[in-house]
Amino acid sequence: MAMVGTREDARADARPVAALDVERVRADFPILSRTVRGKPLVYLDNAATTQKPRAVIDTLRRYYEDGNANIHRGVHLLSQTATEQYERARRGVQRLLNAPHLHEVIFTRGTTEAVNLVAASFGRRFVGQGDEIVLTEMEHHSNIVPWQMLCEQVGARIRVAPIDDRGALRMDAFEALLNERTRLVSVVHVSNALGTVNSIGRICELAHAAGAKVMVDGAQAAPHLRPDVRALGCDFYALSGHKLFGPTGIGALWGREELLDQMPPWQGGGDMIEQVSFERTTYNTLPAKFEAGTPHIAGAIGLGAAIDYVESIGYPAIAAHEQDLIDYATAAIGDVPGVRITGTAPGKASVLSFVMESVHPHDIGTILDSEGVAVRTGHHCCQPLMRRLGVPATARASFALYNTRVEVDAFIRALGKVREVMG
Amino acid sequence: MSDLRELYQEIILDHNKQPRNFGRLTGSARRAEGHNPLCGDQITIYLQVSGDLIEDARFEGAGCAISKASASMMTEAVRGRTVCEVEGLFQGFHQMVTAEPGMLPDVDKLGKLAAFSGVCEFPARVKCASLAWHTLRAAIEQAKTPVSTE
Repeated sequence: MAMVGTREDARADARPVAALDVERVRADFPILSRTVRGKPLVYLDNAATTQKPRAVIDTLRRYYEDGNANIHRGVHLLSQTATEQYERARRGVQRLLNAPHLHEVIFTRGTTEAVNLVAASFGRRFVGQGDEIVLTEMEHHSNIVPWQMLCEQVGARIRVAPIDDRGALRMDAFEALLNERTRLVSVVHVSNALGTVNSIGRICELAHAAGAKVMVDGAQAAPHLRPDVRALGCDFYALSGHKLFGPTGIGALWGREELLDQMPPWQGGGDMIEQVSFERTTYNTLPAKFEAGTPHIAGAIGLGAAIDYVESIGYPAIAAHEQDLIDYATAAIGDVPGVRITGTAPGKASVLSFVMESVHPHDIGTILDSEGVAVRTGHHCCQPLMRRLGVPATARASFALYNTRVEVDAFIRALGKVREVMG
Repeated sequence: MSDLRELYQEIILDHNKQPRNFGRLTGSARRAEGHNPLCGDQITIYLQVSGDLIEDARFEGAGCAISKASASMMTEAVRGRTVCEVEGLFQGFHQMVTAEPGMLPDVDKLGKLAAFSGVCEFPARVKCASLAWHTLRAAIEQAKTPVSTE
């Protein structure tokens, strides 16, 4: 089994990786030069959303200033150009995912909508009374609630695969949950709260052996490692543009053609139809069948620009840079008294989730903000995971390709200020 | 830093570290639960009410420094007051923490609770400060459903 799509591979793959020139990368992101509360912005909330490079911002501006038109069916020049750009962005997603077919790539509002699409459509077609959906304890609410809604409708049930104390999926327990009633396994590729990178290849092998399909929530993975769906072996893969240096409100779902073909349309409206009469409507072919209504055209084109940008830097260089940052930050935070890292799975991504003795994460967040350091605090939309970890919330610093060791130092200094303020 | 000191005043840090009236009341005490789903703060308020008088107030729960100190100082402030007086405190407290920056109302009548006047500069923390008060109101009314800040 080729182990593509994990952080190790990005390294193992590596012919010598050209080091990422972080100062040059930073110059591509206009927002990074601003200050916050009089201090240079240290943006470490990348797992919530990433900043946008000038290439993406310019693409959006150019589209609205010079290219705005509705896509498909237009005979005028602007419409044709917009259609070409929109479809070019689809090819970008196909390339990113190494997807076999272009028409397997469906634009959505983001990962959440993609999961909802699969839950509603795949669910309606393939999940029935007594069937089972397998999730893991580390799932984001977006990969829990759509399945609960489906289960309520059809009488299916959710099984939850446990994690160990490091935050790694317990593969033996996962395997034990699979049976002939399992219709789908829906699992996060990279945990937003812990940074755990799941072994999607192995999960797919086990699930497929049990006759189940696999959906992967790739929202958090795509900025860090190439989400190669052929190498992973999954059946559905979802991603969000805004976590990949693209606009908000746009994302994509990839699904296997043979499944998407059998799935009923999800939303009805324009573009997803072939013929409409009041008696009967026939539906368009893929991917239009799942893209009802005028889509977020600018967003899709912006996502295309973001993918071009990521490819111009290259995943091996990104992975090596982020590995350096997470190693550096993990070592540095170890010297801060009373700090405990939550999520220590081997090979985890550049997410540093932590708690501080006798200081609530919310207070950490406010004090770091006063130093210009943006982190996220709370349950990270993973309440079941927080319960499993026995904490109400954590503070989370998450690193991206434009972060630096100097910023990690500023973050660690700001943690010192937390002690100073809170006593 | 000056804003931070305004927010985390000594009295707030003190109540965070050593919350007063922490614990539960049993028997005929009124009780209500509140939670802030955004940050996971949870609180239970217990009240011993006799006629119109709040004889005792206690709380249990976990939360940030602001929410814990707010609950602690609130229980001190409402003991021995009438329901009507407490409603007045609630209104005054609410106006203080939700004031537009630079538009702080007169907070003298709030006594020690005026320590929370820095909260209005931190809009993300208003719910932390007010959770206990909303839950208190629910306890007075003996509301059956938990209070949520969302």
